[in-house]
Amino acid sequence: MAIYGTALLALCLLIGSIVGRLLGMAVGVDANVGGVGIAMLMLILFSDRLQRAGRIEPPTRQGIIFWSSVYIPIVVAMAASQNVRAAVTGGPVAILAGVLAVVVSFAMVPLISRIGNEPATKDRS
Amino acid sequence: MTDVIDAIGGELTRYSLITAFSVIGVTVWISYALSDRLTRGRIHGSAIAILIGLIMAYVGGQVTRGEKGIADLAIFSGIGLMGGAMFRDFAIVATAFGVRLDEFLKTGISGIVSLFAGVVVSFIVGACVAYGFGYRDAVAMTTIGAGAATYIVGPVTGGAIGASGELMALSVAAGLVKSILVMTITPFVAPLIGLDNPRSALIFGGLMGTTSGVAAGLAATDPKLVPYGAMTATFYTGLGCLLGPSVIYMIMRAIV
Repeated sequence: MAIYGTALLALCLLIGSIVGRLLGMAVGVDANVGGVGIAMLMLILFSDRLQRAGRIEPPTRQGIIFWSSVYIPIVVAMAASQNVRAAVTGGPVAILAGVLAVVVSFAMVPLISRIGNEPATKDRS
Repeated sequence: MTDVIDAIGGELTRYSLITAFSVIGVTVWISYALSDRLTRGRIHGSAIAILIGLIMAYVGGQVTRGEKGIADLAIFSGIGLMGGAMFRDFAIVATAFGVRLDEFLKTGISGIVSLFAGVVVSFIVGACVAYGFGYRDAVAMTTIGAGAATYIVGPVTGGAIGASGELMALSVAAGLVKSILVMTITPFVAPLIGLDNPRSALIFGGLMGTTSGVAAGLAATDPKLVPYGAMTATFYTGLGCLLGPSVIYMIMRAIV
């Protein structure tokens, strides 16, 4: 049944966010430390196990896949509920800090990709 | 006549989440049609949809002076629920379904490197900009630097080190600018920085850190990359909140 998949997904997110919250408390931060990331790892582990054991029925899969397929619409709704006005009217300090942080971070993507990628580049040459 | 409008508005508000499904559905449909007809698919439909979403958010903000974009209008309040952290995180986790574990572990180290680099670099950039505009004390520089990390790290850090409300607002605005910029320009920058494989997506997520920016930016670039970038990005805010008020603030105090 589809609800089994959705429930599995829900349990992963709930457990992940609780673990993330406790992790935050343990290191003295009032924030969730990687709860969603932990939930993603759990889902990967569970689905890997269940799929290998052949215990995940197609309707169960649908209960998960539906949510990943409405990801883009959800992101659009997220964009529509951002505080864009505050960003636009934030003044030069805020705009410049945001813009430069993005530019520098973009520039660093190829740099860090290169650092750990030695073996792969050697393979190609 | 106003009675009729009120009645319609009332129903749309009563079913606000359902209203959101239809409004967003139509928006996505129009965006994909525009992508096909006007740009022949060169600009991805989801990039256009996100842009329309942001414009809706701006208009909503101008009309209501609220903080939740179009969702501050009662009939569109469902959009706030649909695009809020609850559904966003649920959908992000769902994108991990079917991803192979070894692909994550393979890039583990560079993911961690990118996280630390991303947090530190954003703090430095933000702090330098703050310095340039005359904010020369450690609290102000750290708070604006934290905002350049994400709009959550900003107020959390500022609150912990006793920043003023004005500084916190600035840091939130810096974080919002970052997030919106990442949402909109990622698909255009992606080819220039080699953002076309799981590995670079993971690094990208760690460097940018804004979950909403990364989530939308990668969706508009290549939806297959979403789980990788989102995974590292979700650790960024936690790391920023951890380092900001502690290590980074202490370093900043030692320097200034």
